[in-house]
Amino acid sequence: MLTPNEKTGISIVLCGQAGQGIQTVERLLTRILKKAGYNVFATKEYMSRVRGGMNSTEIRVSERPVNAFINRIDILVSLNKGGVKHLQERISSETIILGEKEIFADEVQEEIRFIDVPFTKIAFDVGNKIYSNTVAVGALTGLLGLKPKTTLNSVRQFFSEKSDDIINKNLEAAEKGYEATVKTAKTSNIKLNVGDNSAVNSQILINGAEAIGLGAIAGGCNFVSSYPMSPSTGVLVFLAQNSRNFRVITEQAEDEIAAINMAIGAWYAGARAMVTTSGGGFALMTEGLSLAGMLETPIVIHLAQRPGPATGLPTRTEQADLELAVYAGHGEFPRIIFAPGTLEDGFYLTQKAFNLADKFHVPVFVLTDQYYIDTYYCTESFDLKNCNIEKHFVETSKGYRRYELTESGISPRGIPGFGQGLVCVDSDEHDQEGHITEDLGLRTKMVDKRLKKLELIKEEIMPPELIGLDDYKNLVICWGSTINIVSEAVNSLDRRDTSVLHFSQVYPLHDDFVNLLNKADKTVIVESNATGQFSRLLRTHADIKVDHRILKYNGLSFASDELAQKLDSVL
Amino acid sequence: MKNEKANMDDIDIAWCPGCGNFGILNVLKKTLYELEIKPEDLVLVSGIGQAAKIPHYFRTNIFNGLHGRALPPATAIKASNPSLTVIAESGDGDMYGEGGNHFIHTIRRNPNITNIVHNNMVYGLTKGQASPTSQIGFKTPVQVAGVFLEPFNPLAVAISLDVSFAARAYIGDAEQTREIFKKAITHRGYALVDVFQPCVTFNKLNTYQWFKDNTYYLDESYDCHNRDHAFSKATEVDKLPLGIFYISPDKSTFEDNVGIYDKDDSPLFRHELDYQKLETLIEKFLLT
Repeated sequence: MLTPNEKTGISIVLCGQAGQGIQTVERLLTRILKKAGYNVFATKEYMSRVRGGMNSTEIRVSERPVNAFINRIDILVSLNKGGVKHLQERISSETIILGEKEIFADEVQEEIRFIDVPFTKIAFDVGNKIYSNTVAVGALTGLLGLKPKTTLNSVRQFFSEKSDDIINKNLEAAEKGYEATVKTAKTSNIKLNVGDNSAVNSQILINGAEAIGLGAIAGGCNFVSSYPMSPSTGVLVFLAQNSRNFRVITEQAEDEIAAINMAIGAWYAGARAMVTTSGGGFALMTEGLSLAGMLETPIVIHLAQRPGPATGLPTRTEQADLELAVYAGHGEFPRIIFAPGTLEDGFYLTQKAFNLADKFHVPVFVLTDQYYIDTYYCTESFDLKNCNIEKHFVETSKGYRRYELTESGISPRGIPGFGQGLVCVDSDEHDQEGHITEDLGLRTKMVDKRLKKLELIKEEIMPPELIGLDDYKNLVICWGSTINIVSEAVNSLDRRDTSVLHFSQVYPLHDDFVNLLNKADKTVIVESNATGQFSRLLRTHADIKVDHRILKYNGLSFASDELAQKLDSVL
Repeated sequence: MKNEKANMDDIDIAWCPGCGNFGILNVLKKTLYELEIKPEDLVLVSGIGQAAKIPHYFRTNIFNGLHGRALPPATAIKASNPSLTVIAESGDGDMYGEGGNHFIHTIRRNPNITNIVHNNMVYGLTKGQASPTSQIGFKTPVQVAGVFLEPFNPLAVAISLDVSFAARAYIGDAEQTREIFKKAITHRGYALVDVFQPCVTFNKLNTYQWFKDNTYYLDESYDCHNRDHAFSKATEVDKLPLGIFYISPDKSTFEDNVGIYDKDDSPLFRHELDYQKLETLIEKFLLT
């Protein structure tokens, strides 16, 4: 199951301490591989520290897209002691280990295939220990049999903003690393049967944070206020980096409470605002979320989940804030929750989030997680043709009332300074003009008006995506970031009777799912949480019970090979 | 803004008769009228509390948000549309207690807004508990042995952060308060006006007479551009000074610094995405 072959490609894992530069190796190597025409996927697991510890990055190289985390390690590059031990459970007798023999003397048993590459020595010969990362990149390209020219061009480009001396030393390091393995690769029985694929030339290599950030810009986002918190910070950084070019006000708020209240104020004044946060930060935002519900102000919330409760595992992954997003905020008001699966999904759904928030004057969530945010792969370039920015605010005239009671429940949204009218919004229950009221009859009308919007929202809900044949017997249900992992796991089982149903809109739910579930003899749900939050949501919506639940909550993402085994045992 | 006092008859004002809030309402109306600020170009932002109801007694754009959270939306409203005049107004509990963190950081951020704080040294809407500015020994149903927390000193805090503009007024003197409001609203940058305002129902200690007896005006020789003097004035408690304590000249505002209005001063709602630029950005990820 899932051995290195044409279908699954090769899985390379880089392991080192925080601050040692394995992220540089990841970024550089994925570029080189893409340029060489391979499909490439990368994801990382890391500790909540800036130096030391043990972090690892997985890079998969393949002919066909394999965009999922897999436990199997074909090649392990360990930059320092402890790497083999850290990843012991994922290493088999088939694994090739690249490292410095002296360091690993007591870690590596004899039967393991070991290739000695003196990273540190070569780096010192070049001039500094810091170059050992580039040596490792060179060594891997040698082992994979890449053309040296591709590697060297990429290295030059990657360091192009550095001094000539640094560029030259990196080139030398890459070359020496390459030389250290290229002979071994030829003489040993290591054969890496990975085909290239010219389709990747026209594809983009992107990660989750960038997909969400680009989606926000495409959605017309021009205001982002947030407080840094792993794993959501990448989106804030991406928008900040592009803020001057796209006229996006980017403000690091004093806390998440300020962040969401700023974003609501920005929408009120006509901006298209977003906050990006994670569990604990979002918990602080919930009063603000409720304010958006009451003011009927649009807001887009990117919520990147990590394991809780409280501080939990800050740099790890989980899907345990679904119920938080569904039920957060005091009082009753409608909302929309997207949970993108693919990176493409993340781009288009974030784009759409701004339009829907503006159309229905409701909070719209983009629910991701650390795995999603930190995962890279090649994907079709984003098409802007269908990415229209729909602005739904109106120019007001004298006598304008923000909360006019209407048939649809949607009161045309004016903004201050645009038209002759006055725009009054109030967190107290309010009259049609927006002023405080304790008219209890009006209160009922206002609640009904706000909730009525949910019916309109339901008309725009996307049904879940069925992956596989229509005449399935078994249905594997998943949501959010796990789509590619679940798909690969199910594919590897080679069963015609099993299909996957993925939800990228988790609230409100499309009614079609009930029939799709009822059609199956057996249903299995896969969730990265301990209590099956999405299965509970399905049950709440349609009194439907999923037969089996496969849950993981140790902080690491599901791996496709691990999941395949688990699915095999219940199907 | 028109002096719409005559139009207010139909509005049921929720304040106690004799409340200092009425004075602030009247003075602010008069100030806005004299400054010829049009209702459609003004946004009054408030939090929650008795003072925070004040926007409802104006005919203008209002954003009555959450308790303690007036400053973040006020900052964002001004940044999203700098042509609007933005005044954030609430009580001492709202601005200095629940919203204390925002108070500190809004001073640092320096948006071009005015921040009027009704300071009556007591909680009104929740019926008489201590506020951050209540004086030591002040007894309440909750602070049964009297307040023992050091009173919050908004002016000293603001001046320590090199605030753009800091003043204190006493609503018993409408004329002077109006002058201070005028200077605060026309000041370019964040302007704090802490307004002493008696609570006739819950604060029997800090009454109109008490404020009259325990305050004095900074005189004409006082230099409001000297931060050290300003700080030392802000820490005087035996008699509390009134007037403009401090102006930090030539400070750049938040709107100056967000970096999007240098070439184009149109508000964000008129902003259109440059799709060509976005195409170019996406193409970078081809990594060719």
